[in-house]
Parts: sequence; C-alpha cells; structure tokens
Amino acid sequence: MTKKKIKIASRFIPLVFFLLLFMAGISTNEPQRVMEQAWNICLDCIGIG
Amino acid sequence: METVRKFIQLVFTLLSNGYLLFPWTKNIYQGPLKALCSPGLNCYSCPASTTYCPIGAIQQLLLGIRFSLETGNYYFGSYVFGTLGIIASFTGRLTCGWLCPFGFLQEILYKIPSGKKFTTPQPLRYIKYFMLIFFVILFPLLLTDQWGMGKPWFCKFVCPAGTIEAGIPMILLQPDLRATLGYLFYNKLFWMFCFLIWSIFTSRPFCKTTCPLGAFYGMFNRMSLLQLHLNKQHCTDCGVCLQVCPMDIQFNKNVNNAECILCMRCMTEACKFDAISLQCAGLPLSLPPKKIKVQKTEPC
Repeated sequence: MTKKKIKIASRFIPLVFFLLLFMAGISTNEPQRVMEQAWNICLDCIGIG
Repeated sequence: METVRKFIQLVFTLLSNGYLLFPWTKNIYQGPLKALCSPGLNCYSCPASTTYCPIGAIQQLLLGIRFSLETGNYYFGSYVFGTLGIIASFTGRLTCGWLCPFGFLQEILYKIPSGKKFTTPQPLRYIKYFMLIFFVILFPLLLTDQWGMGKPWFCKFVCPAGTIEAGIPMILLQPDLRATLGYLFYNKLFWMFCFLIWSIFTSRPFCKTTCPLGAFYGMFNRMSLLQLHLNKQHCTDCGVCLQVCPMDIQFNKNVNNAECILCMRCMTEACKFDAISLQCAGLPLSLPPKKIKVQKTEPC
C-alpha cells in the first residue's frame, strides 16, 4: 500500500470512532434525553430569567 | 457555484426553522424532529426551530451530568459528539459555509455597502477554541451550584444566535416574559448587536473569532474525507484566492487550514490555473466552469 493510500485510509479512523460514539449514545437512550431538553424553552440559554 | 451555495444556505435556514405554526401556538416546536442535530448554529429555543442545536445540547447534558449519573443514566453527550464528529469527519468545516443559518445571516450583512471592509486580527481567532473548551465543555461541567447543576455558559452569556432567534422572538410571543428581563438579557443583546454591526464591516466575524461549533469542525479540516486539493505545479502564488476568501485565507499557503469553510470560491471564482480542486477520500470531484470575480479588502 502506498503512502498516499495509507493517508487516505487513516481519514476513516475518526469517522469510525465517532460512529461508535454515536451508537453508544443511542444505546444509552441519549436521543430521547436530547429531544426532551429541546422541547423545553431554556430561558437561561436565551438570556431571560 | 456561489448562487447554488446561497440557495442551499437559504434552504437549510428554512428547514432548520420550518415550524411556521408558532405565531398561533405561541410556543416552540415539540415534535420528534427535535432528536435530530442542526449541523449549523441554530438555537433550539427558537420558536420556529425544528432540530436541536448541538452546542446547546452538549452544555445541557454536561451541566446535568451528576444528576444523570445519580439517576442511573449515562448521558455523557456521546450521541451529540458522535453526530458532530460524523459530520466533521466527512466534510470538515463545510457546514459553516453551506448549512449554517447564522453564517448565512453574516454573509447577508456583509453585502451591505459600508465603504471600507476589514480583515480580522489573527489572535482573535483563538477565542473560539477558548469558547469550545471552557464555555461549552469545562465551565458547564465543573462550575456547579449547591445542587450540583452547572450553567450553559456559552448560551447564557455569549451566543448571539440564541438572542436573535430565540430571545427576542420569545419576548414578542410571550409578553409575560418581559417582566423577567435584566442584566443577562441586555448583556446578550449587547453581544448580538456587536456581532451584527461587525458583520457589516468584516466577513463572518463570529465564525472567525467566537463560534465553538466552527472551532470543532475546523479541527477536522486536515483529516476530513471532503477536502480542497492544491496542485502545486499549477499554482503561481498570485494570491487571488486570498482576495475572494470570506475567511481571509491564502489557500496555497494554508491548504485545508482550520479556518477554511469550503465555500470553494477560491476554486470556482479566483484560480485561473486549475490549481485548486475538490476531492473526496482522495478521488477528484468535477465542478462547473469558473467565473472570475475579484473583490479587494484592506487590513485593519
């Protein structure tokens, strides 16, 4: 394998890592938590309250 | 190509803010799409917002991490970081140039005729890394009150997108909220006006200096699958790429720099010598023919 091909293949490493992280988040039901947070108006966040 | 980019920016701004029933419901969208990540900076407390803001979501998860652990839940932000990482690994900072509603707003403001246009001093560009590390991650995680809860520091004290998309509209929609306005709101209003006025004189000042999302995406510019490629044999070092770049980068001297938002203006509008091309995982991607157009800026 040439140096260039190794360099290109190495670009998939972060992608695989974050894909695993994403799946780990789904397995802990984090999307539900994120959605519940996003359903509420965060008054602190928008500078009110 | 620039027209296509503007069209895509407009479409994404409308898609990210596509809940048009808010004037009647007087509330924000509360449907299932809120589990999806907005790739650009788009406040999820905006009445029209259909997706969640990754910067807001990370802070909310980190500030309540102790409570989550006590209740047996492991919400470390892996879903949000995972989503951002997948986007960044594919496209680097392309999202900033093509999909971010706040970036689009800054580009519109920069078109207002103002005489002189200015570049941004280099040291100010490091502020966004400070924002990402401290205001988005460490402060919400570590600076807690007596109940073990942190604060969303970036959203609460800085984010101008939150003020313009959520703060002001919510005050207009819910008059009861006006009684609660205080220092916090006026501070955010001040920063919002600073960035909006600055955007008239400087191209994308918030993206260059303060945006934590841009800081995160930018770190992947050198290792993302989609990249601009420089053909050194064709490059004459003429510097025309610098003159069209909204981020003030001379591409041939900073190939895939963390500041590059992959708007591709250097490739489609500036370079006459085919020195810049677009590649995905090392494979060349073809693009429409060039249209040469040069606009000069003067340093501060």
